[in-house]
Amino acid sequence: MLHTVNKSPFESSSLKTCISLARGGSDVLLIEDGVYGALNGSTHTALLTEALGQVRVYALGPDLKARGLSEDKLIPGIEVVGYDGFVELACANDKIQNWL
Amino acid sequence: MKFSVVVNEGPYTHQAVDSAYQFIRAALEAGHEIFRIFFYHDGVNNGTRLTTPPQDDRHIVNRWSELASEHDLDLVVCVAAAQRRGIVDPDEAKRNSKDSDNIAPGFRISGLGQLIEAGIESDRLLVFGD
Amino acid sequence: MSEAKKFMYINRHAPCGTVYAVEGLEVVLIGAAFEQNVCMAFIGDGVFQLKQNQDTADTGIKNFSPAYRALGDYEVNRLYVERESLEERGLTEDELMPLTWEDEDDDWAEKPSLYIVDRAQLSDLIEEQDIILNF
Repeated sequence: MLHTVNKSPFESSSLKTCISLARGGSDVLLIEDGVYGALNGSTHTALLTEALGQVRVYALGPDLKARGLSEDKLIPGIEVVGYDGFVELACANDKIQNWL
Repeated sequence: MKFSVVVNEGPYTHQAVDSAYQFIRAALEAGHEIFRIFFYHDGVNNGTRLTTPPQDDRHIVNRWSELASEHDLDLVVCVAAAQRRGIVDPDEAKRNSKDSDNIAPGFRISGLGQLIEAGIESDRLLVFGD
Repeated sequence: MSEAKKFMYINRHAPCGTVYAVEGLEVVLIGAAFEQNVCMAFIGDGVFQLKQNQDTADTGIKNFSPAYRALGDYEVNRLYVERESLEERGLTEDELMPLTWEDEDDDWAEKPSLYIVDRAQLSDLIEEQDIILNF
Protein backbone atom coordinates (compact mmCIF):
# COMPACT_ATOMS: atom_id res chain seq x y z
CA MET A 1 0.00 0.00 0.00
CA LEU A 2 1.08 3.56 -0.65
CA HIS A 3 0.47 5.90 2.26
CA THR A 4 0.78 9.65 1.81
CA VAL A 5 1.01 12.11 4.70
CA ASN A 6 0.50 15.82 4.11
CA LYS A 7 0.69 17.17 7.64
CA SER A 8 3.66 18.31 9.63
CA PRO A 9 4.18 16.06 12.68
CA PHE A 10 4.55 19.25 14.73
CA GLU A 11 0.98 20.21 13.85
CA SER A 12 -0.89 16.93 13.57
CA SER A 13 -0.88 13.30 14.61
CA SER A 14 -1.34 12.12 11.01
CA LEU A 15 2.23 10.89 10.58
CA LYS A 16 2.13 9.01 13.87
CA THR A 17 -1.23 7.46 12.97
CA CYS A 18 0.05 6.50 9.53
CA ILE A 19 3.18 4.83 10.89
CA SER A 20 1.23 3.02 13.60
CA LEU A 21 -1.15 1.52 11.02
CA ALA A 22 1.06 1.00 7.98
CA ARG A 23 2.05 -2.61 7.44
CA GLY A 24 5.62 -3.70 6.86
CA GLY A 25 6.63 -3.39 3.21
CA SER A 26 4.44 -0.32 2.61
CA ASP A 27 5.59 2.86 0.91
CA VAL A 28 5.13 6.12 2.82
CA LEU A 29 5.34 9.36 0.85
CA LEU A 30 5.55 12.71 2.62
CA ILE A 31 3.99 15.56 0.67
CA GLU A 32 3.07 19.20 1.31
CA ASP A 33 3.73 20.09 4.97
CA GLY A 34 4.29 16.39 5.61
CA VAL A 35 7.86 16.80 4.35
CA TYR A 36 8.76 18.43 7.67
CA GLY A 37 8.49 14.92 9.09
CA ALA A 38 11.60 14.02 7.10
CA LEU A 39 13.84 16.43 9.00
CA ASN A 40 16.77 14.93 10.86
CA GLY A 41 17.46 16.04 14.40
CA SER A 42 13.90 16.96 15.33
CA THR A 43 11.76 15.68 18.19
CA HIS A 44 9.89 13.54 15.64
CA THR A 45 12.93 12.06 13.91
CA ALA A 46 12.84 8.84 15.92
CA LEU A 47 9.36 7.99 14.63
CA LEU A 48 10.53 7.68 11.03
CA THR A 49 14.02 6.41 11.83
CA GLU A 50 12.46 3.42 13.55
CA ALA A 51 9.86 2.97 10.83
CA LEU A 52 12.52 2.84 8.11
CA GLY A 53 13.27 -0.72 9.09
CA GLN A 54 9.71 -1.73 8.15
CA VAL A 55 8.55 0.67 5.45
CA ARG A 56 10.14 2.66 2.63
CA VAL A 57 9.88 6.41 3.17
CA TYR A 58 9.92 9.03 0.43
CA ALA A 59 9.67 12.82 0.45
CA LEU A 60 8.34 14.89 -2.44
CA GLY A 61 11.21 16.96 -3.84
CA PRO A 62 9.22 19.99 -5.05
CA ASP A 63 7.67 20.34 -1.57
CA LEU A 64 11.10 20.15 0.12
CA LYS A 65 12.53 22.73 -2.25
CA ALA A 66 9.52 25.01 -1.82
CA ARG A 67 10.19 25.01 1.92
CA GLY A 68 13.95 25.56 1.66
CA LEU A 69 14.76 22.07 2.94
CA SER A 70 17.86 20.58 1.37
CA GLU A 71 18.33 16.83 1.07
CA ASP A 72 21.27 16.85 3.49
CA LYS A 73 18.86 17.91 6.25
CA LEU A 74 16.78 14.76 5.87
CA ILE A 75 16.82 11.54 7.85
CA PRO A 76 19.23 9.16 6.08
CA GLY A 77 17.36 6.50 4.15
CA ILE A 78 14.54 8.77 2.99
CA GLU A 79 14.40 8.92 -0.81
CA VAL A 80 13.42 12.12 -2.60
CA VAL A 81 11.07 11.81 -5.59
CA GLY A 82 9.32 14.22 -7.95
CA TYR A 83 5.69 14.19 -9.07
CA ASP A 84 6.65 11.60 -11.68
CA GLY A 85 7.93 9.42 -8.83
CA PHE A 86 4.68 10.04 -6.97
CA VAL A 87 2.79 8.71 -9.99
CA GLU A 88 5.11 5.68 -10.18
CA LEU A 89 4.53 4.91 -6.51
CA ALA A 90 0.77 5.16 -7.07
CA CYS A 91 1.07 2.68 -9.95
CA ALA A 92 3.37 0.29 -8.11
CA ASN A 93 1.04 -0.08 -5.14
CA ASP A 94 -2.39 -1.71 -5.57
CA LYS A 95 -3.94 0.47 -2.92
CA ILE A 96 -3.52 4.01 -1.69
CA GLN A 97 -4.29 5.61 1.65
CA ASN A 98 -4.01 9.39 1.75
CA TRP A 99 -3.69 10.47 5.38
CA LEU A 100 -4.97 14.01 5.68
CA MET B 1 -3.41 3.06 -15.36
CA LYS B 2 -6.78 4.75 -14.87
CA PHE B 3 -6.73 7.32 -12.06
CA SER B 4 -9.43 9.31 -10.35
CA VAL B 5 -8.66 12.16 -7.99
CA VAL B 6 -10.73 13.74 -5.23
CA VAL B 7 -10.02 17.38 -4.34
CA ASN B 8 -11.35 18.37 -0.95
CA GLU B 9 -10.06 21.89 -0.48
CA GLY B 10 -10.68 25.22 -2.12
CA PRO B 11 -8.20 27.17 -4.22
CA TYR B 12 -5.34 28.97 -2.43
CA THR B 13 -6.36 27.98 1.10
CA HIS B 14 -4.58 24.65 1.03
CA GLN B 15 -1.80 23.20 -1.10
CA ALA B 16 -3.96 20.13 -1.70
CA VAL B 17 -5.37 21.76 -4.82
CA ASP B 18 -1.91 22.35 -6.26
CA SER B 19 -0.70 18.87 -5.33
CA ALA B 20 -3.71 17.36 -7.09
CA TYR B 21 -3.07 19.43 -10.19
CA GLN B 22 0.64 18.56 -10.34
CA PHE B 23 -0.06 14.87 -9.77
CA ILE B 24 -2.65 14.82 -12.54
CA ARG B 25 -0.28 16.57 -14.95
CA ALA B 26 2.48 14.11 -14.15
CA ALA B 27 0.10 11.18 -14.64
CA LEU B 28 -1.03 12.53 -18.01
CA GLU B 29 2.57 13.14 -19.07
CA ALA B 30 3.35 9.53 -18.21
CA GLY B 31 0.55 8.41 -20.51
CA HIS B 32 -2.02 7.47 -17.87
CA GLU B 33 -5.75 8.12 -18.06
CA ILE B 34 -7.65 10.37 -15.67
CA PHE B 35 -11.19 8.97 -15.33
CA ARG B 36 -12.60 11.77 -13.18
CA ILE B 37 -11.62 14.62 -10.88
CA PHE B 38 -14.22 14.99 -8.15
CA PHE B 39 -14.47 18.14 -6.06
CA TYR B 40 -15.95 17.76 -2.57
CA HIS B 41 -16.15 19.78 0.66
CA ASP B 42 -14.59 23.20 -0.01
CA GLY B 43 -13.09 21.70 -3.17
CA VAL B 44 -16.25 22.80 -4.98
CA ASN B 45 -14.88 26.34 -4.77
CA ASN B 46 -12.44 25.37 -7.51
CA GLY B 47 -15.45 25.54 -9.82
CA THR B 48 -16.37 29.22 -9.66
CA ARG B 49 -15.48 31.37 -12.64
CA LEU B 50 -15.56 34.55 -10.53
CA THR B 51 -12.10 34.44 -8.97
CA THR B 52 -9.61 37.24 -9.62
CA PRO B 53 -6.29 36.11 -8.20
CA PRO B 54 -3.24 38.39 -8.34
CA GLN B 55 -1.82 38.50 -11.86
CA ASP B 56 1.60 37.26 -10.78
CA ASP B 57 0.18 34.10 -9.22
CA ARG B 58 -1.32 30.96 -10.72
CA HIS B 59 -4.96 31.16 -11.75
CA ILE B 60 -6.16 27.93 -10.17
CA VAL B 61 -9.67 27.87 -11.63
CA ASN B 62 -8.54 28.69 -15.16
CA ARG B 63 -5.77 26.13 -14.81
CA TRP B 64 -8.38 23.42 -14.19
CA SER B 65 -10.53 24.60 -17.12
CA GLU B 66 -7.52 24.63 -19.46
CA LEU B 67 -6.31 21.21 -18.36
CA ALA B 68 -9.80 19.79 -18.78
CA SER B 69 -10.08 21.28 -22.24
CA GLU B 70 -6.64 20.09 -23.34
CA HIS B 71 -7.11 16.52 -22.11
CA ASP B 72 -10.91 16.12 -22.20
CA LEU B 73 -11.09 15.65 -18.44
CA ASP B 74 -14.27 15.15 -16.41
CA LEU B 75 -14.34 17.78 -13.65
CA VAL B 76 -17.27 17.05 -11.34
CA VAL B 77 -18.42 19.31 -8.53
CA CYS B 78 -20.58 17.62 -5.89
CA VAL B 79 -24.10 19.07 -5.97
CA ALA B 80 -24.76 18.87 -2.22
CA ALA B 81 -21.46 20.54 -1.32
CA ALA B 82 -21.93 23.07 -4.12
CA GLN B 83 -25.38 24.04 -2.91
CA ARG B 84 -24.01 24.70 0.58
CA ARG B 85 -21.23 26.88 -0.77
CA GLY B 86 -22.97 28.68 -3.63
CA ILE B 87 -21.42 27.09 -6.71
CA VAL B 88 -24.20 27.16 -9.24
CA ASP B 89 -24.71 26.18 -12.87
CA PRO B 90 -27.63 27.46 -14.99
CA ASP B 91 -29.84 24.43 -14.15
CA GLU B 92 -29.18 24.73 -10.43
CA ALA B 93 -29.82 28.49 -10.60
CA LYS B 94 -33.22 27.86 -12.16
CA ARG B 95 -34.06 24.99 -9.82
CA ASN B 96 -33.20 26.94 -6.68
CA SER B 97 -34.35 30.39 -7.84
CA LYS B 98 -30.93 32.01 -7.84
CA ASP B 99 -30.41 35.20 -9.82
CA SER B 100 -27.26 33.95 -11.55
CA ASP B 101 -24.86 31.06 -11.95
CA ASN B 102 -21.08 31.02 -11.51
CA ILE B 103 -19.78 27.65 -12.70
CA ALA B 104 -16.42 27.78 -14.49
CA PRO B 105 -15.89 26.28 -17.97
CA GLY B 106 -15.18 22.59 -18.03
CA PHE B 107 -16.86 21.84 -14.69
CA ARG B 108 -20.18 20.06 -14.25
CA ILE B 109 -22.29 19.64 -11.13
CA SER B 110 -23.44 16.15 -10.21
CA GLY B 111 -24.14 13.82 -7.31
CA LEU B 112 -21.96 11.91 -4.87
CA GLY B 113 -22.64 8.79 -6.89
CA GLN B 114 -20.05 10.10 -9.34
CA LEU B 115 -17.42 9.79 -6.60
CA ILE B 116 -18.37 6.21 -5.83
CA GLU B 117 -18.44 5.37 -9.54
CA ALA B 118 -14.96 6.87 -9.89
CA GLY B 119 -13.75 4.54 -7.14
CA ILE B 120 -15.38 1.54 -8.80
CA GLU B 121 -14.24 2.26 -12.36
CA SER B 122 -10.68 3.49 -11.70
CA ASP B 123 -7.56 1.50 -10.97
CA ARG B 124 -6.42 4.02 -8.37
CA LEU B 125 -8.25 6.73 -6.41
CA LEU B 126 -6.30 9.50 -4.68
CA VAL B 127 -7.61 12.09 -2.26
CA PHE B 128 -6.03 15.52 -1.79
CA GLY B 129 -7.31 17.55 1.16
CA ASP B 130 -6.66 19.09 4.52
CA MET C 1 -20.96 -4.34 -12.94
CA SER C 2 -17.65 -5.96 -12.01
CA GLU C 3 -17.07 -7.59 -8.64
CA ALA C 4 -17.88 -5.37 -5.65
CA LYS C 5 -14.94 -3.42 -4.30
CA LYS C 6 -14.18 -3.04 -0.62
CA PHE C 7 -14.66 0.56 0.47
CA MET C 8 -13.48 1.81 3.84
CA TYR C 9 -14.39 5.29 5.03
CA ILE C 10 -11.90 6.43 7.67
CA ASN C 11 -13.16 9.12 10.03
CA ARG C 12 -10.54 11.08 11.96
CA HIS C 13 -12.29 14.38 12.62
CA ALA C 14 -14.39 15.23 15.65
CA PRO C 15 -17.96 16.33 14.96
CA CYS C 16 -19.00 20.00 14.93
CA GLY C 17 -15.58 21.67 14.66
CA THR C 18 -15.44 21.01 10.94
CA VAL C 19 -17.87 19.79 8.25
CA TYR C 20 -15.86 16.66 7.43
CA ALA C 21 -17.83 14.28 9.67
CA VAL C 22 -21.17 15.37 8.20
CA GLU C 23 -20.14 15.42 4.56
CA GLY C 24 -18.30 12.15 5.10
CA LEU C 25 -21.48 10.53 6.37
CA GLU C 26 -23.33 11.79 3.29
CA VAL C 27 -20.86 9.97 1.05
CA VAL C 28 -21.34 6.76 3.01
CA LEU C 29 -25.14 6.94 2.84
CA ILE C 30 -25.22 7.76 -0.88
CA GLY C 31 -22.51 5.22 -1.60
CA ALA C 32 -24.51 2.50 0.13
CA ALA C 33 -26.80 2.36 -2.92
CA PHE C 34 -23.96 1.06 -5.09
CA GLU C 35 -23.88 -2.45 -3.61
CA GLN C 36 -20.20 -2.36 -2.79
CA ASN C 37 -18.65 -3.86 0.32
CA VAL C 38 -18.65 -0.93 2.76
CA CYS C 39 -17.27 -0.38 6.24
CA MET C 40 -16.25 2.61 8.36
CA ALA C 41 -13.35 3.19 10.72
CA PHE C 42 -13.17 5.77 13.49
CA ILE C 43 -9.66 6.75 14.50
CA GLY C 44 -8.25 9.56 16.62
CA ASP C 45 -10.79 12.33 17.23
CA GLY C 46 -13.12 10.52 14.82
CA VAL C 47 -14.30 8.37 17.74
CA PHE C 48 -16.00 11.47 19.13
CA GLN C 49 -18.46 11.34 16.21
CA LEU C 50 -20.06 8.34 17.90
CA LYS C 51 -20.43 9.92 21.34
CA GLN C 52 -23.93 9.76 22.81
CA ASN C 53 -25.96 12.80 23.88
CA GLN C 54 -24.70 15.31 21.37
CA ASP C 55 -26.87 18.42 21.65
CA THR C 56 -25.95 21.23 19.29
CA ALA C 57 -28.97 23.45 20.03
CA ASP C 58 -27.07 26.29 21.70
CA THR C 59 -24.49 26.49 18.91
CA GLY C 60 -27.07 26.94 16.14
CA ILE C 61 -25.50 24.07 14.22
CA LYS C 62 -27.69 21.21 13.02
CA ASN C 63 -27.30 18.03 15.07
CA PHE C 64 -26.25 15.29 12.63
CA SER C 65 -25.58 12.59 15.20
CA PRO C 66 -29.02 10.94 14.78
CA ALA C 67 -28.10 10.24 11.13
CA TYR C 68 -25.62 7.57 12.26
CA ARG C 69 -28.61 5.44 13.31
CA ALA C 70 -29.64 5.20 9.64
CA LEU C 71 -26.43 3.41 8.70
CA GLY C 72 -27.86 0.04 9.66
CA ASP C 73 -30.85 0.57 7.38
CA TYR C 74 -28.41 1.24 4.53
CA GLU C 75 -26.58 -2.03 5.26
CA VAL C 76 -23.51 -0.21 6.58
CA ASN C 77 -23.13 -2.38 9.64
CA ARG C 78 -19.40 -2.64 10.26
CA LEU C 79 -18.19 0.41 12.13
CA TYR C 80 -14.70 -0.20 13.48
CA VAL C 81 -13.67 1.96 16.42
CA GLU C 82 -10.01 2.04 17.39
CA ARG C 83 -9.58 1.00 21.02
CA GLU C 84 -6.42 3.02 21.56
CA SER C 85 -8.17 6.18 20.33
CA LEU C 86 -10.95 5.66 22.86
CA GLU C 87 -8.50 5.02 25.69
CA GLU C 88 -6.36 8.06 24.84
CA ARG C 89 -9.51 10.15 25.14
CA GLY C 90 -10.82 8.51 28.31
CA LEU C 91 -13.89 7.22 26.47
CA THR C 92 -15.57 3.88 27.09
CA GLU C 93 -17.72 1.87 24.72
CA ASP C 94 -20.88 2.49 26.73
CA GLU C 95 -20.52 6.22 26.07
CA LEU C 96 -20.91 5.60 22.35
CA MET C 97 -24.23 5.50 20.51
CA PRO C 98 -25.55 1.91 20.56
CA LEU C 99 -25.82 1.61 16.76
CA THR C 100 -27.48 -1.53 15.45
CA TRP C 101 -28.69 -3.20 12.27
CA GLU C 102 -31.33 -5.83 11.53
CA ASP C 103 -30.08 -9.07 10.04
CA GLU C 104 -32.69 -10.29 7.55
CA ASP C 105 -30.85 -13.63 7.36
CA ASP C 106 -31.41 -14.13 11.09
CA ASP C 107 -35.10 -13.35 11.41
CA TRP C 108 -34.37 -9.60 11.52
CA ALA C 109 -32.46 -9.97 14.77
CA GLU C 110 -31.02 -6.67 15.95
CA LYS C 111 -27.23 -6.77 16.13
CA PRO C 112 -24.58 -4.23 17.12
CA SER C 113 -22.78 -2.37 14.33
CA LEU C 114 -19.84 -1.11 16.40
CA TYR C 115 -16.71 -3.20 16.69
CA ILE C 116 -13.99 -2.02 19.05
CA VAL C 117 -10.72 -3.12 17.48
CA ASP C 118 -7.15 -2.55 18.46
CA ARG C 119 -4.58 -0.86 16.27
CA ALA C 120 -3.13 -4.11 14.95
CA GLN C 121 -6.55 -5.40 13.90
CA LEU C 122 -7.34 -2.07 12.29
CA SER C 123 -4.09 -2.20 10.35
CA ASP C 124 -5.12 -5.59 8.95
CA LEU C 125 -8.58 -4.28 8.08
CA ILE C 126 -7.14 -1.27 6.24
CA GLU C 127 -4.84 -3.53 4.26
CA GLU C 128 -7.85 -5.56 3.04
CA GLN C 129 -9.59 -2.61 1.41
CA ASP C 130 -9.62 -1.64 -2.26
CA ILE C 131 -10.61 2.00 -1.83
CA ILE C 132 -10.05 4.14 1.24
CA LEU C 133 -11.61 7.56 1.66
CA ASN C 134 -10.73 9.82 4.59
CA PHE C 135 -12.99 12.29 6.28
